[in-house]
Amino acid sequence: MNPILEALIKSVAVLAVALAGFAYMTWVERKFISRLQARIGPNRAGPFGLLQPVADGIKLIFKESITPANVDVLVYFLAPIVAVVPALVLFAVIPFGSDPAFQLASNINVGALYVMAVLGVGIYGMILAGWSSNNKYALLGGLRASAQVISYELGLGLAVLSVIMMASSASLNDIVAYQQPGNILGWLIFRQPIAAVIFAITALAELARAPFDLVEAEQELTAGFMTEYGGMKFALFYMSEYVKMIGMSALFVTFFLGGWSGPFVNEAPALSLVYFAIKVLACLLVMVWVRATLPRFRYDKLMGFGWKVLLPLGLLNVVVTALLIVAGVPGYK
Amino acid sequence: MMDKFVAVVTKIPVGFATVLKTFFRKPVTIQYPEQTKPMSARFRGRHHLKRYDDGLEKCIGCALCAAACPADAIYVEAAENTNEQRYSPGERYAKTYEINMLRCIFCGYCEDACPTNAIVLEPMEFPTGYTRDSMIYVKDMLLEAPPPGAPATPQQTPPGKYDRAILPFPPITD
Ligand code: SF4
Ligand code: SF4
Repeated sequence: MNPILEALIKSVAVLAVALAGFAYMTWVERKFISRLQARIGPNRAGPFGLLQPVADGIKLIFKESITPANVDVLVYFLAPIVAVVPALVLFAVIPFGSDPAFQLASNINVGALYVMAVLGVGIYGMILAGWSSNNKYALLGGLRASAQVISYELGLGLAVLSVIMMASSASLNDIVAYQQPGNILGWLIFRQPIAAVIFAITALAELARAPFDLVEAEQELTAGFMTEYGGMKFALFYMSEYVKMIGMSALFVTFFLGGWSGPFVNEAPALSLVYFAIKVLACLLVMVWVRATLPRFRYDKLMGFGWKVLLPLGLLNVVVTALLIVAGVPGYK
Repeated sequence: MMDKFVAVVTKIPVGFATVLKTFFRKPVTIQYPEQTKPMSARFRGRHHLKRYDDGLEKCIGCALCAAACPADAIYVEAAENTNEQRYSPGERYAKTYEINMLRCIFCGYCEDACPTNAIVLEPMEFPTGYTRDSMIYVKDMLLEAPPPGAPATPQQTPPGKYDRAILPFPPITD
């Protein structure tokens, strides 16, 4: 097949899945969190409220598009796009299944690096939105976002670094292949538990999700950097958040939960897609569970936790991992 | 420092377990329009204008309720009763009786003020509506149906029988 056509078809498919995933992730989150709070959740639009995302989408599309006074118009309209594009292109390097056809840009050898770079660009959406809105809340939200995301990116990078050291490759495919000795114990979460915990925590901070959702702490900042955004512009921010959630879960699965691996994958490659989807969904549900459980951090504690706990811990983990690999300890080869 | 850290870290899983346990609990939600909460028998809900057993209205159009209302939600316009067209015992009846449910604060002062116990707040459906107009409850909506067997108002009544309003307490004498 024409490679350009193939890439086009695959990207459209991935985009469609990511957007449907975003829409239904909002439903899953609302349903699951309400059960965790002994409520029922949305149940009016369609059976089990399944049409709720559709209703929300229609509502947002028909909202009036308001541009507040004295905003920096170009940046103001660009910011949601800057937020959403990195979230979507994150999926380019993730191997969704065992077959090379189940991946967009098959086997970039710096996949992990690409992921970190794209995540870094994602912050610009928040900062630009906060700066261009001509609103104190938005500006403070944007400032918090940048400080928080930049500090936690270090911990995230160190966690990824230990994974790269283990697999001695920065390609996501190699990292998945490295976790394939056929059994669940091959998963890196068992050999790099500290890195997995650091990754999970920093991923939540990177996503600005509870308990790290200071960026949009309602009580202090109304909606943070997106205070002045409504209608579809707001929907784009919302979309970037949820798509990033899915992307981060996919990364966690790839780095620590063996990617698409599972029984009978060699016989039926399509099964690998199912395993991957199940693992991602499990990660997403854990995120919702965390949101239902933990209260929000105080801002200074958040920064302190990032710089004084996660960063040293990550460094220590990298050092210990390096020593274990050099010493040739079984399991760290 | 260290024991504080341990104390905190060991408590976090307890919190997670508690939240997860809630998942298996029955939701406490009441699906409002279909299900309702049982209301106390003395709940001050929506107003009703009462009738006597013979079907005559208790309200005599005195507008004391309107005067007592702190929210200025009641509007009463009185008219004369005749023996041919009798709505209530006594000289007058309420020709117009309106309560603006958007203004009402459900304090029950109108109940207290009424000399004939005509207006009563009862545990009933909550007033809801899509327009402001529909939230002004007129007399037809407030007035109870006549008791079974009794005729509605206006009634034809024998002269002299209903010349005075019927008060639920003995008249004050000196
Ligand atoms: S309940 Fe209170 S506010 Fe409502 S109509 Fe009666 S007196 Fe007025
Ligand atoms: S309801 Fe009672 S207080 Fe109000 S006008 Fe009628 S008789 Fe008077």
